[in-house]
Amino acid sequence: MSRKARVVVVGGGLAGLSVTMKLAELGINVDLVSLVPVKRSHSCCAQGGINSVNNLTRQLGDSEWKHFEDTVYGGDFLQHQPPVKEMAEWAPRIIDLMDRLGVTFNRTPEGFRDQRRFGGTLYPRTAFAGATTGQQLLYALDEQVRRWEFAGRVKKYEFYDYLGPVLDENGVCRGCIAQDLVSMEITALPADALVIASGGCGLIFGKSTMSMSCTGSAASRTYQAGVRYANGEFIQLHPTAIPGADKLRLMSESARGEGGRVWVPRRPQDPRPPEEIPESERYYFLEERYPKYGNLVPRDIATREIFNICTKEGLSVEKDRLCVYLDVTHLPTSVLERKLGGILEIYQKFQGVDPRRVPMKIFPAVHYSMGGLWCDYERTAEGGLRIGSPRNHQTNIPGLYAIGEVDYQYHGANRLGANSLVACIFAGLISGPGIVQLIESQRRLAAEHPGGIFERVVEQKRKEFEQLLARPSDGENPYLLHKELGEVMTKAATVVRQNPELDQAYEKVCELEERARRCALADRGRWTNQNVVFTRAVQDMYPLAKVILRGARLRDECRGAHYKPEFAMPEITASDAAERRRQAIEWCEKFEANNRRWLKTTIAEFGPDGHPIISYEDVDTSLLPPRPRLYGVVGGEIIEQVWQERQFARV
Amino acid sequence: MIRSTSNNNERRLPEELGLQDGKFEVRVLRQDGPGQPSYWQRFLVPYESDMNCISVLQNIAAIARTAEGVPTTPVAWECNCLEEVCGACTMLINGRVRQACTALVDRLLRDRPGVIELRPMTKFPVIRDLVVDRSRIFETLKRVKAWVPVDSYLDLGPGPRQSQENQEMAYVLSKCMSCGCCLEACPQYLRIELTRREGESAEEFERRKQEVYHRAFIGAMGIAQIDLFNTNPIGRMNSTERLEALIAEGGIQVCGNAQNCVRVCPKEIPLTTSIARMGRAATLYMLRKWFDR
Repeated sequence: MSRKARVVVVGGGLAGLSVTMKLAELGINVDLVSLVPVKRSHSCCAQGGINSVNNLTRQLGDSEWKHFEDTVYGGDFLQHQPPVKEMAEWAPRIIDLMDRLGVTFNRTPEGFRDQRRFGGTLYPRTAFAGATTGQQLLYALDEQVRRWEFAGRVKKYEFYDYLGPVLDENGVCRGCIAQDLVSMEITALPADALVIASGGCGLIFGKSTMSMSCTGSAASRTYQAGVRYANGEFIQLHPTAIPGADKLRLMSESARGEGGRVWVPRRPQDPRPPEEIPESERYYFLEERYPKYGNLVPRDIATREIFNICTKEGLSVEKDRLCVYLDVTHLPTSVLERKLGGILEIYQKFQGVDPRRVPMKIFPAVHYSMGGLWCDYERTAEGGLRIGSPRNHQTNIPGLYAIGEVDYQYHGANRLGANSLVACIFAGLISGPGIVQLIESQRRLAAEHPGGIFERVVEQKRKEFEQLLARPSDGENPYLLHKELGEVMTKAATVVRQNPELDQAYEKVCELEERARRCALADRGRWTNQNVVFTRAVQDMYPLAKVILRGARLRDECRGAHYKPEFAMPEITASDAAERRRQAIEWCEKFEANNRRWLKTTIAEFGPDGHPIISYEDVDTSLLPPRPRLYGVVGGEIIEQVWQERQFARV
Repeated sequence: MIRSTSNNNERRLPEELGLQDGKFEVRVLRQDGPGQPSYWQRFLVPYESDMNCISVLQNIAAIARTAEGVPTTPVAWECNCLEEVCGACTMLINGRVRQACTALVDRLLRDRPGVIELRPMTKFPVIRDLVVDRSRIFETLKRVKAWVPVDSYLDLGPGPRQSQENQEMAYVLSKCMSCGCCLEACPQYLRIELTRREGESAEEFERRKQEVYHRAFIGAMGIAQIDLFNTNPIGRMNSTERLEALIAEGGIQVCGNAQNCVRVCPKEIPLTTSIARMGRAATLYMLRKWFDR
């Protein structure tokens, strides 16, 4: 490999670091661009763990195929299946690798890695390091990248803002433009491939469980430059977050994985302290409604149930603030300390209440973007991915890649807990060799590209920066505009979605976008100007907000995290056996008709007028035929039976 | 009487918190850039329940006016996760080094009614306001080779089996988020602030900075990281390299045993235990070196 080949990676979380270390190992020089020192990336917030089939679950009947199946079923069949299958197959090897890299996974008394059970599966597949697994995985990769930095193969650009890709006259990506957030200097970083690994876009919803760097600005700038955005409307809410003034802090699914129970007092707003409410007067609504999965139903379902019990059923613990109890007080001290210490500490630190003694109060919050930049893959005949294919994770712009939460490939309509960490690391490891192949096939490296293209774009970005600084000082306040956007998005596009509300929200967002063009800066300096960074990020939230709203508006169905009551599937209401069967047949027909219409990837392209142009793409479901997702559906047994008969009749 | 179980269970009266017209004062020690003089600025922030120092700074950014009503630039500060796992928002709050996200306004005002004081860390060069240059911490991680030098990232099976005891010890050390609290509190960890010389390129300056950093004290976090990687079953194979860093200029011998570090660590890492253990390891290593000569 030519020593001059360079790759720029934008984002230093799990995905960005894993592709960086893999590329460095393969002999490629990497420039790593990040808003924050990479060790402080948002991946550190992931708490619960990382999934894979393991020696223990294998003996319970588990396999890579079942991990794949749970992921696809949990995601309501919206993901292309080959990448998911490949990921599930790599997962055990990824955890082995992370183990070798020094991740402090919890151990059994015999010294093996310990595992726990997470949502949407019946097997204890989740390896974990206390309750800060994301932090521990992030640190292990950060250390490896530092090792390569020490060896001179990686150069970090920390405190840099990515302003957009640079495309040549043929529409091929040749690098990107970035701004030093200390000196505010704007520079071009030529690259033979550009990898966007910038994470989620939770800040579009104002407050979420995401970190302050998760503005979606890198994704938005890449989308505005011509990369398609897929399944934008699929936003995961985490069922259990701690409400706060500045942030909604995550309370990990592991609290339920280790036996935590969700409940509300049967008497609305029972004034007694929770520990004085007897068992019989507590409503463990998830356990009662979903006997098979109990508190570990998939996240979209837990979220909806908690939301409904507080709103529709009026059983919120508090009157003014919606919340339910998440109770771990019955668990043995050893479990609390050894396995949940980290997250319980967070609750105590931020709420001033000891969750070991008093049940926690929690409510759903925006948590993860299943959708993201569209990217490709190359399928093998067996239904996996061709290792080393330059198509793996390449977007529709040649030379431009998307990996991690910012891609859309693995989680479909709903992500299973503890699958994001494995997906991020996998995306980095699988895309690395493909990028090397791409570079080897190129005749000319970016550094040798005839000048002009970089200078032009740098000049343009400098001009935009100057214009931003020169705005009149009496304009709109970017912080308030962001707050307003968050309120609109949270109201219209989270747990429950209604078409009229989505239409109104779209109009409102367009209006806010217009107002944001008149944002005034309180700081016009040219040194560490955080005002500029924030204002620019807010401006870039609107195009993505429109993608989310438009996608949600058009998708007239319920799938995973996208829930429109108007288009919900009917329940089986009859008690007479024949009538039940008839209803179930009707149900199955409706289900199939709906899939023909909506089992499709939403594709948004940035239109010339700033509005997204929406189209749909078929989903590769060739490995596992779509079937009804029947967690807790009323009449699920008869639907299941009729469904099986129909499948059998078809063969 | 019904016992209150609301989240911030002890609701405070305005007088108790020293509020005036529902507001409290925030004093920020500001600095426009490296080498510039620092100056105090006062802000009045409307009190809300459940506030922390992050929402205080967000509020100041949104108002962008001093207590006197004069327009000013928003205070620059660093933050990311707001859950005290990333380490970004470290600063001096009422004189104590800590993360702004876990500094709850109710508690601060209860201890000192009416006023909150924010200052940048003093052991690192100020970039602007509360933002300091902590790159020296990451240089320390390079210097002590805080990584497991695996053969490759290919599939070579699982890592070695480990006892629960070993995992628990390693996990505690591995929670270090490179925030710098232990360094701020350490009497032996001295501030290094270099300026670019005339005619010196950015790369040359960077190299010179690294050289100076690599000779200065590694601090408690550096020593604890050596402990972490030298007890890792694979990391141990390269323990000599880290022991060399431990006894080199700026190594463990600089530690004056003030034990401030362990008191300020937000993750409650037993830093002094690591220092003691590494002190013994350093002595043994030096003896061994001496005998092997």
